[in-house]
Amino acid sequence: MTTSPAPQAPRFPAPGHAAPAHAPAEVHAHHGPQSFWTRYVFSTDHKTIAKQYLFTAAFMSIFAVGWSMLIRLQLAYPHNTWPILSSLFPGLYQDGVLLPERYLSLTTMHGTVMVFFVISLALVSGFGNFIIPLQVGAHDMAYPFLNALSYWTIVPACLLMMVSFFVPDGAASAGWTAYPPLSALAEAGSGLGQTIWLLAMAPFIASFTMGGLNFVATILNMRTRGMSLMRMPLTIWTLFYASVLGILTFPALTAAAIMLLLDRLGGTSFFLPAGLIVSGQVLPHQGGTPLLFQHLFWFLGHPEVYVLALPAIGIAFDVLAAFGRRPSFGYRNTVWSILAVSALGMIAWGHHMFTSGMNPYLGEYFSIVTVLITLPFSVIAINLVASLWRAEIRLHTPMLFALGLIAAIGVGGLGGLWLGTATSDMYLQDSYFVVGHFHFMIGVVTGFGIFAGTYYWFPKMFGRMMNETLGRVHFWLTTLGTFAAFMGMHFLGMGGYLRRIYDPTTYRYAQHQPLNVFISYALLLAALGQVLFAVNLFWSLFRGKRAGANPWDATTLEWTTESPAGHNNWETLPTVSRGPYEYRTDNAPAGFHPQGEVEAAG
Amino acid sequence: MIASARTLSPDARQPVPSPVGGPYPMGLMALLTTVGMLFAAFTAALLVRRTGGDWTPVRLPRVVVFSTTCIVLSSIAVEVARAWLRRGMLADSVNWLAGSGLLGMLFLGGQVVAWRHLALRGVFLPSSPHAAFFYMLSATHAAHIVGGLGAIAWTLNRLRRGAYSPERHAGFTHAAVFWHFVGAVWLYLLILLIAF
Repeated sequence: MTTSPAPQAPRFPAPGHAAPAHAPAEVHAHHGPQSFWTRYVFSTDHKTIAKQYLFTAAFMSIFAVGWSMLIRLQLAYPHNTWPILSSLFPGLYQDGVLLPERYLSLTTMHGTVMVFFVISLALVSGFGNFIIPLQVGAHDMAYPFLNALSYWTIVPACLLMMVSFFVPDGAASAGWTAYPPLSALAEAGSGLGQTIWLLAMAPFIASFTMGGLNFVATILNMRTRGMSLMRMPLTIWTLFYASVLGILTFPALTAAAIMLLLDRLGGTSFFLPAGLIVSGQVLPHQGGTPLLFQHLFWFLGHPEVYVLALPAIGIAFDVLAAFGRRPSFGYRNTVWSILAVSALGMIAWGHHMFTSGMNPYLGEYFSIVTVLITLPFSVIAINLVASLWRAEIRLHTPMLFALGLIAAIGVGGLGGLWLGTATSDMYLQDSYFVVGHFHFMIGVVTGFGIFAGTYYWFPKMFGRMMNETLGRVHFWLTTLGTFAAFMGMHFLGMGGYLRRIYDPTTYRYAQHQPLNVFISYALLLAALGQVLFAVNLFWSLFRGKRAGANPWDATTLEWTTESPAGHNNWETLPTVSRGPYEYRTDNAPAGFHPQGEVEAAG
Repeated sequence: MIASARTLSPDARQPVPSPVGGPYPMGLMALLTTVGMLFAAFTAALLVRRTGGDWTPVRLPRVVVFSTTCIVLSSIAVEVARAWLRRGMLADSVNWLAGSGLLGMLFLGGQVVAWRHLALRGVFLPSSPHAAFFYMLSATHAAHIVGGLGAIAWTLNRLRRGAYSPERHAGFTHAAVFWHFVGAVWLYLLILLIAF
């Protein structure tokens, strides 16, 4: 932890431009904050905020994984009773039987919390905050105060989500997509929990937007000398596009949530058609259309998939280069392909709605655009695989997870072809094929990205290495468990099993209950693997081997500062004279050229 | 290690702005983009909803003419305040900026009166889809006006304490840009609500 003041560097010193008048006042002598509260709790240091995000996401993931275990228990043994669960969770179980409404709450909250409060928080907000200033060569984010504000906005959102389990009628149960009319009508069974769900999404969106503004401004404005756009590591590129997508698409969810809230509480009919009959009573609503909500939701919902998946892919590119000891294959192609994927991803949302009753010609358009995404995405996938061509692989834990990520993209991506094509999706819509597919793409791919990033940057975060043996066991348990389970779900879906069904033995035409049991045990195995991860994390925090500044012999900028990185990242910002992945160059004495160097202080 | 001269400028200690972004306020641009997308989403919703068969336009209360005038004058006042600052007339700049904030508050007051007028006519949120859109859009917009007023108050405070100079007042400019933007959004919403 350095406490010496850094050189007084105005942020925008270029002559001839209107520099901000407040710039000189804003440049503090960068002392590390001294008190416990300013240093660890209300810190504006991007690394502290990143750790806060990561630990918050880890905390929320305990609940989200726990709920999935209850779901799998119900799906494997729908007719058993579990008296012990009745006493543990009296709101969910009655006489040892899971209440059907609460089963829907569990699936809803598992999806919501995993997508918005675990993966978004860890992968985008967590790693984004940690790695953007370190990899572009900045002392901190562009707006450090806004950064702290965005973290402290997420905390009430998390608390609200958790509280909704304890209100009358339980947590939201209309699915993570919250389709009206179900989500709009208290008469239809969506109670206070659904209102709280909507109110919790508001601070989440506000926080994520503030974070996105910060990321974009930092990446574009705060790069160090010589860090041109085409020298940025791919993690930065993917986080940049993820932020831009979030800025462009989250407002659609905001608008939809406001209108849904007014439909619930204000008596309006934005999404409610005429003639709704609930419990024999005709409701007074008229003129609205639930399809409007679906369009607005998926205008966010589909790009959100890329918001989650792209940073994981970016981390994989960094890790593959560092542990394959060769430059990332096709860097420029990858950069442009990520742009193409993001742009096409914004106009393809309708493939979530093929069976919703929208115009079939519109569906054909969405089909074509969706399948078009295959082209740039294949370039990305091929570049991931080709980054292994003639690689001298060092098979450490981050590399294992990066390799697993490639496998998951292969399986998940091929499944996407069937779902993006309207003709085959008509059959597969809402089946376990979909569940298996999206768990590969935004469960395994993103999860492996998080794990690869954690094992890779842990030394930079805490100055210690994580345990390799535990890491390997964690990798294999996670891989075997998730691949077996989610591949199994594809088969269930082709057999006709639909998602969100309380009792899978009700199907007379499909009797694959043993496969359901197998999937449940596979996921239990994967969940147990995460216990090892937690043990490894806390053990390594205190007992891990001390790490040097650059334990992986990696080239990117974050490895030029000490581990853990000090308050100001560098006393003197490094200068960049090379691309991000110059491994195995002939004239490099250490076998690689670091991207930056710390100049002698002057 | 020696870096090529192409990438180094004479004073290597300071981070120079990069070619893209540079001194331009990318954070502000991103903020305007996301606020713009919010109202674009509402616009899409309105265009879809008005085909619902029960779309009966509600006559807007006349007080919106007053509030609209206030918000336009307020934007002009901000620009006058900036012009005075560029000429080094700090006291005049402070007065005009304060006046602009006052006009912004009058705009908010006008919106509240508009809601009261509608309510007195018996037009409430659920009365008709057009009324629902008027209440919802004007309230969402008012929330952004409150944010803009916060920016003006912040700027006014810094201006009075002499934090801005005729040459360097980017923070002032950014607040002004945001204020013009939310003002323009109101004009757009008004046209949208009158046209349909």
